[in-house]
Amino acid sequence: MAVLRGELGEAARRIVARYPEGRERSAILPLLYLVQAVEGRVTREGLREVGAFLGITTAEVEAVATFYTMLRLRPTGRHVVSVCTNLACALRGAREVYEAAHRAFGMRRGQEVSDDGLVTVHEEECLGACDAAPVVQIDFVNHDRVTPERMGELAEALRRGEVPAPSRGEAPRDFRHASWLLAGLEGEPPEALVAGGSSVGSTARSTAGRGSSPAGTGPAPRTDPAAPADPRAEEEAG
Amino acid sequence: MTERIITARWDEPDTVWIDRYLETGGYAGLRKALTMTPAEVIDEVKASGLRGRGGAGFPTGVKWSFVPQDTGKPTYVVVNFDESEPGTYNNRELVERDPHQLIEGAVIAAYAIQSHHVFVYCRGEFLWPGRILARAVAEAYDRGFLGPDVAGSGYGVDLLLHRGAGAYICGEETALLESLEGYRGQPRLRPPFPAVEGLYASPTVINNVETLCNVPHILERGATWFAGIGTEKSPGTKIFSLSGKVERPGNYELPMGTPVRVLIEEHGGGVLDGKRLKAWTPGGSSTPFLTAEHLDVGLDFESIQAAGSLLGTGAVMVCDERDCMVDVTWRLLRFYAHESCGKCTPCREGTWWVSRVLGRIEQGLGRPEDLPLLEDVGGNILFRAFCALADGAVSPLSSSLRHFRDEYEAHVRERRCPFTGRGPRPAEPPAEQEAALPGPVVIPLDEVLR
Repeated sequence: MAVLRGELGEAARRIVARYPEGRERSAILPLLYLVQAVEGRVTREGLREVGAFLGITTAEVEAVATFYTMLRLRPTGRHVVSVCTNLACALRGAREVYEAAHRAFGMRRGQEVSDDGLVTVHEEECLGACDAAPVVQIDFVNHDRVTPERMGELAEALRRGEVPAPSRGEAPRDFRHASWLLAGLEGEPPEALVAGGSSVGSTARSTAGRGSSPAGTGPAPRTDPAAPADPRAEEEAG
Repeated sequence: MTERIITARWDEPDTVWIDRYLETGGYAGLRKALTMTPAEVIDEVKASGLRGRGGAGFPTGVKWSFVPQDTGKPTYVVVNFDESEPGTYNNRELVERDPHQLIEGAVIAAYAIQSHHVFVYCRGEFLWPGRILARAVAEAYDRGFLGPDVAGSGYGVDLLLHRGAGAYICGEETALLESLEGYRGQPRLRPPFPAVEGLYASPTVINNVETLCNVPHILERGATWFAGIGTEKSPGTKIFSLSGKVERPGNYELPMGTPVRVLIEEHGGGVLDGKRLKAWTPGGSSTPFLTAEHLDVGLDFESIQAAGSLLGTGAVMVCDERDCMVDVTWRLLRFYAHESCGKCTPCREGTWWVSRVLGRIEQGLGRPEDLPLLEDVGGNILFRAFCALADGAVSPLSSSLRHFRDEYEAHVRERRCPFTGRGPRPAEPPAEQEAALPGPVVIPLDEVLR
């Protein structure tokens, strides 16, 4: 599979160009997010391609990728549900919410992905929203004051294919979309890749004119247009 | 009610947009700074007495003055927006509600140290706050507050938003620099300090979000005005993030030196359900617990230190009489064991073993000799690692042993948790975090206990 080729290679080059000349390695996290947006997680192939792109070894990229919990090298669901269980949330009943999340998705402790491939449930450290404890993030946007019952409702919504409205801001469509945004890119990842290559040639939707949606998530007004699908890039979903 | 300074615009949702920010006096501090020399800007911030809000409390103007101008290298401003200290959430809300205030402060800092490059290291989990900031940055470029000619001064500043990817340690400034350079986020040995060799081995100032948000106001209203707020040695206001067992958790901006009782009772509505307060942290989980005996202590650097703790980030987490301090400490030590970067042996091994021993005590399988063991291990972690994460881990351990030793002893004596009733059969450990623990082979809890 070729991740960083064609239009995606172009997006990768623009990510690198944000950083000072000679400091290309600083782009490693956004590049890994880009790979994760395409692959649904970071595969061995993705590590290799980022290394090739930056001129460093796969081992060096792996050393970095394994350090950060938001880069997922293990099988991952379409959505990542993160339940904060650190002290401020624990004092407000987070353990019960964490257990409720497992029940709601029919998951055992230690199971990485629900049987239907829908979610990965992750026990999270403090999410920095302790006034709203217990806090749950779905694909890195916050849901405040989540009770075990509310956790069940959120799970139901995800199973119906909905994206539950977060307590503030806009929710990404799924984990891949979140990774795309975290790479500092606009819009959504190419549909063709997300849909498992079934709609090759379709172009990514744009957030332009979406009301209060951010005009750009890049560092400067020089923003990256969402990259259209690379017809050569075939990848299975989740 | 004293004046709110850096949260003054929070009541207005439109503040996230530059138009409203300008209408309410935004970017006036920057305009004023640009009429001064960089040295004058640094002197003004020095004279204000502003101290870093990220935890250490180092004087901001002094930090800026350490940056050499004759190295032939570029200089950098790095904004530490990797807020992850448990209980702390004021940086997030500052950016969510008033992002231009941060941009303005960062540009002033850049001008003061003659830097043309600002990097904002935004915590990865802050997806939405990061998008708000990105939108504000784009607006600031459009209106000429960023770019080659800041506010018509001819001085250029570029700002780059960089997102982290989930690692508490990256809030430590040298680990943050490693991460920003594209490596694992492991701390560097100091010296050299970042002011001399920071990002890309160049002179670098690293400031917390809340620190920088104060800067535009200091420039606009003067150092004397700022120094008149709070206490003599801890001037200004501080946003206290109140959480845990209180009626009204939230971010409250109060003058430094405000007694914690005022924060918890007047602003926070008192302890939840009218219960008795048992313990509280002054500045996140890395600052030693204080107790109900310390409710009249003022929330400023000196007073908290005199009481045996640290002001840290000003994150006040409250535990009440129903909460088991062994369980609370166990949870926090699991956090440190999970977040230890693994570089230093005392931290990597020590936090892991301490969390195991705490686990067996909490589950009714502790031994009398476990208490001195915990003290011994804690003493061998403290001040023996590269960075403050290890010392932070010892804070809840040593302070809970000091203030709540009777609870530890009751666990061992009764062979169960007196609060949760956890019996001698070990509960299932939280699977994912246990599996992710650094260290050698993970020995099943049953075997450890044998």
